[in-house]
Amino acid sequence: MARYLAPLGIFAVLVAFFFIGLKRDPREVPSPLIDKPAPAFHLPQLHATDQQLGNADMRGKVWLLNVWASWCVTCLQEHPLFVDFAREKIVPIIGLNYKDQREAALDWLSKRGNPYDISIVDADGRVGIDYGVYGVPETFVIDKQGTIRYKHIGAVTPEALRDTILPLIRKLQS
Amino acid sequence: MRALFTLVFFSATVVLAQQTQAPAAVEGQLAQAAASDPASEARLLLLAEELRCLVCQNETLAASHADLAIDLKNQIREQIKAGKSDREIIDYLVARYGDFVLYRPPLKASTIALWGGPFALLLFGLAFMVRQLKARQRSLQSATPPSEKEIARAQQLLNGGEPRA
Repeated sequence: MARYLAPLGIFAVLVAFFFIGLKRDPREVPSPLIDKPAPAFHLPQLHATDQQLGNADMRGKVWLLNVWASWCVTCLQEHPLFVDFAREKIVPIIGLNYKDQREAALDWLSKRGNPYDISIVDADGRVGIDYGVYGVPETFVIDKQGTIRYKHIGAVTPEALRDTILPLIRKLQS
Repeated sequence: MRALFTLVFFSATVVLAQQTQAPAAVEGQLAQAAASDPASEARLLLLAEELRCLVCQNETLAASHADLAIDLKNQIREQIKAGKSDREIIDYLVARYGDFVLYRPPLKASTIALWGGPFALLLFGLAFMVRQLKARQRSLQSATPPSEKEIARAQQLLNGGEPRA
């Protein structure tokens, strides 16, 4: 009996491994920054270049940090979602304009709508590196204490916003 | 016709030459950096060989020409200049990108299966083999020796005699 059950057992183990492994997206690298304090930044604003915004200014609020660029094709996918979401005014959305040209960035926002309360300029991508950004767009949920609670890599889908990000925001706000 | 051919040929060469110029410029910058400080550039290269490019995933940071890889190499270059140790530089990158940037993942709770898995499989295989060998030995020993009648029959068969029905 064992003679016939053994191959079946091995097969079952393989199926289990493949079932889990093949469903994972290898492009989604788990971030070590989750539940760590958000790296400090102090960057000029995109619209008012003479003004700056630092992460300390966001203390006491739950907020989203969305990394975007006018050259980023995937950003177009999530952009309408953010424009709609911004209208609900649930959380402040800060845009991190990553390695972009100012003119192109401003043009992109005026054409497609600006969901960001403030966009800040990360011209050389250094703050991006501090946040472990490797594929734009990326979205961070940061809590009132300034701790990163969640990171979404790639375009935010309506499902991800509804099922993961929004419930988390509500939990952190309460 | 001939003039047209020559024209096409030359424009193609020019286009090709332009295409090869862009990477050459990057290599040129690298070469310049290497020339100005060969020791730290060698260190950068050694470090970058151990690190994974996050954009292209199966390439080392050293081999990659992705924008992020170039930025990260510049970061490492700066840190080397600032006198940071290899350990500190690697910790800096791991703090931001996680163990994934390392081509040699550290041994810890979440990587036990990765490091121990092959050895566990090897042990399992050895145990299985020993068991099989022992079982075979036992079955050989427990076999009853042939009776005289059987020996006589075998002899007859070997001598080319017809088997009795």
